[in-house]
Amino acid sequence: MTAGQPLRVLIVDDEAPARNRIRDLLSDCALKMPIEIAGEAENGKRALAMLPGCEADVVLLDVRMPDMDGLEVAQHIQKLDEPPTVIFTTAYDGYALKAFELHAVDYLLKPIRLGRLFDALSRARTITPLRLDALRELKPEARTHLSVNERGRIHLIPVADIAFLKADLKYVTVRTTECEYLIEESLAKLEQEFLGRFVRVHRNCLVAKEAIRGFERATGDDGEGNWLVVMKNIAEKLAVSRRQQHIVREFGKVL
Amino acid sequence: MSINQNANASVLPNFRNLGILLRILVIVDGMCLVAALLKTTEPLALMEELIDLSALVQPILILSLLVLAAANTWLHRLRYPYAVATLIAIEFAVTTAVYFFGLSVFTGMGALDRYWIFTVLVTGILIGYFDLRGRALSPALVEARLQALQARIRPHFLFNSITAVLSLIRQDPRRAERALEDLADLYRVLMADNRQLTRIGGEIDLAKQYLSIEQLRLGERLLVEWDAADMPPDALIPPMLLQPLLENAVYHGIEPRSEPGTIHIRIHRHGDRVHILLRNPYRQESERHGGNRMALANIRERLALHFDAEASIKTTATDESYQVHIVIPYLKGGA
Repeated sequence: MTAGQPLRVLIVDDEAPARNRIRDLLSDCALKMPIEIAGEAENGKRALAMLPGCEADVVLLDVRMPDMDGLEVAQHIQKLDEPPTVIFTTAYDGYALKAFELHAVDYLLKPIRLGRLFDALSRARTITPLRLDALRELKPEARTHLSVNERGRIHLIPVADIAFLKADLKYVTVRTTECEYLIEESLAKLEQEFLGRFVRVHRNCLVAKEAIRGFERATGDDGEGNWLVVMKNIAEKLAVSRRQQHIVREFGKVL
Repeated sequence: MSINQNANASVLPNFRNLGILLRILVIVDGMCLVAALLKTTEPLALMEELIDLSALVQPILILSLLVLAAANTWLHRLRYPYAVATLIAIEFAVTTAVYFFGLSVFTGMGALDRYWIFTVLVTGILIGYFDLRGRALSPALVEARLQALQARIRPHFLFNSITAVLSLIRQDPRRAERALEDLADLYRVLMADNRQLTRIGGEIDLAKQYLSIEQLRLGERLLVEWDAADMPPDALIPPMLLQPLLENAVYHGIEPRSEPGTIHIRIHRHGDRVHILLRNPYRQESERHGGNRMALANIRERLALHFDAEASIKTTATDESYQVHIVIPYLKGGA
């Protein structure tokens, strides 16, 4: 984006009156600086679907929304090739506001004042982009989706669909029943985030408890036996490392 | 009348409340037991002593409770010192009446003044007890009101509503006016002295105003089904009982969903009880922290203060819905 060109703004809020209000305020701002409304979305998923196409420079993102809250949406937005500037909007979040200040995250309090919106938009072009780790700290709860950048678009993977996560050098392979994706995240952090949903069967592998059908004994080339995880709906079997043998007993589903 | 004056003023207990009657029965019978124990600790003799005592005390006790329940409204109209004097006079009369009736049935009754002393003692102790209890609970009532003010109506609601009204001002000024009026009504009740029972009709109107503000911002995501047609609107309930429950229903049941959800409200009278049933959609995983339990605890506390053991509140959560069921005694309110 270059100065002189209109600033394109995407409005994301689940409440229609809130979106209308921002639209009114943006038209007031447009009297003083070039602004275009890139679009409006009533939830996070819709916003993520619109983002690459609508070429927004700024996203005004409501923090509290159903299904996927603004803090998670912002994390997925960072997967874009050229992520837009995110400015959060929120009515009242005592503790969140402190965290926003701490991480220098831009936010506007609802009801939004024209002056504050104008200031935030004027700064938008020069603002330092959000850092993913700061966002993770703002929202320690588990995400509902993982995301990958697929040819410039954000593809969401519902966490509930994930069968296993396997680390491989720099990447983690995310395996669902149908597909496989590569994400750039640390397996240890994923294990921490989704504690309880996945179980570690190997140093490099987390398996969704719900996707496990049972365990099977196999004899390796060296003649020593080891356990394999048998998955529901996936033919691939995963080795259980010696150190994690105890989980076989804990699950008690020996085939 | 200022809050402080009110909080420290002594009042007689409500003699028509089951909880109060139970307390009186337990305390008087407890004192009988102590009196008997003072005379003897040998089990058989103790039984005899108790039976002797009960033969006179129980009729006096039952008759007193009947008279007091009948005179309850009238007693409460008197100023406290006069009410206490009247109460003691009633007790003297009842004791004397039962004593002379007892003379015609039993032999070997003690002197009348012994019974008078016992009566004055017991009545004095009871009045003292209820006065202390009232004083102990009064600040709680004031605090419960403050809590109701602070804990209820989440700040979120106020700021989001203002945003909604602001968005209407340019496009639909008349609707904005109505919304502001609803908001003003809501806060007027919220900040009022909420210790007296209020007519359920007004509470229902207020709840509807609240929901219409929520409707403004949530649009078709919020569906409401009322079923209160066969409820007498003069029934009395604690103020700000419905609104916090509805706010919970919106906050936990409607806001976390992107698809529309329905809140069902059924209020009806069954015999001498008023039933309030509230149901909203609910998903276990989308549970938001805090708030919920505080509102329910506050309502439970206020129900106990107003109705003692005669009211109940029960919540049931299933996979898809959350239900609150409140039962309170049916009291008719004046105009």
